Amino acid sequence: MAKVIVVTSGKGGVGKTTTSASFSSGLALRGNRTVVIDFDVGLRNLDLIMGCERRVVYDIINVINGEVLLKQALIKDKNCDNLYILPASQTRDKDALNLEGVGRILDELKESFDFIVCDSPAGIESGAFTAMYFADEALVVTNPEVSSVRDSDRILGILAAKSKRAVEGLEPVKEHLLVTRYDPKRVNAGEMLSVTDIQEILRIPLLGVIPESESVLQASNAGNPAIHLEKSDVADAYKDVVRRFMGEELPMRFMTEKAGFFKRLLGGA
Amino acid sequence: MSMIAGLIDYLRGSEKKTALVAKERLQIILAHERAGRGTATPDYLPALQEELMAVIAKYIHVDRDSFKVQLGKHDQYDVLELNITLPENRKL
Repeated sequence: MAKVIVVTSGKGGVGKTTTSASFSSGLALRGNRTVVIDFDVGLRNLDLIMGCERRVVYDIINVINGEVLLKQALIKDKNCDNLYILPASQTRDKDALNLEGVGRILDELKESFDFIVCDSPAGIESGAFTAMYFADEALVVTNPEVSSVRDSDRILGILAAKSKRAVEGLEPVKEHLLVTRYDPKRVNAGEMLSVTDIQEILRIPLLGVIPESESVLQASNAGNPAIHLEKSDVADAYKDVVRRFMGEELPMRFMTEKAGFFKRLLGGA
Repeated sequence: MSMIAGLIDYLRGSEKKTALVAKERLQIILAHERAGRGTATPDYLPALQEELMAVIAKYIHVDRDSFKVQLGKHDQYDVLELNITLPENRKL
């Protein structure tokens, strides 16, 4: 049975699209038939992060309006065989995304995919709501920063009260915490909320920690999801996230400061 | 923080770590926001407050500020709470 996963956060700029791109790529790399949908109508960016912006011809609104077939709008990913991208419309109004239409598309996608990853826009308005409504599981992307944690809490409240699963009284949406842009050095200095602090506050299971890294910008510059970077902590962290999501038990990494040269020399770590 | 720890911090001139401040602030505000969830203030509450106040004002002289209508939760029950502070030293 296909699973619908929403990547959400409430707050903007925390790494939803970066995560959607890498997470869906990771699922596909492990052999899962995966589709990633951009729900940010009017401000689409997943296409840029995935590096397929010049191949966008049709979008999700065209499909909802019955102007084209779903398969005409799906773009095959350049890196992974099992991955497809369904772009958002750049010109339409965000109200063009209606629950009924999106539900129909998801039902059709469920027939040919194992995982449907929904990249939510920021905020809690219709686009974000539509992206999370049908979710079976949710990746709640959170930065170690007060406004992001508060917004994540709000999103968790909405998932628990207004998602399809909540409304229909089914088993609740399975929630996963993903802490991104984490800087262990600043955590040790008492300048940044720790993963434990965030977990204590949000009270949902931790799926992974993505360290703050300059390579994320380089990946987005090039239009290659960060998970494909070589010798990169971010890529390794996302691979761990995907493996944990698939049920493997792995110890958390990237939560402690990297030992510097001298520290290692002196046997510090 | 204990008083002694506070005193030591004070003597050392060090301030509370900002991460700790962040955590405490979040715990307080989220406890408040979570409590309000699910019992979002119904639309009719302001109108109800106005009408109740008009009725009471017929019999007792009360300030606008000393009159509060709130909808809260107590165990499983929704509770409509009316809070009126009566003026002191005044015959009703």
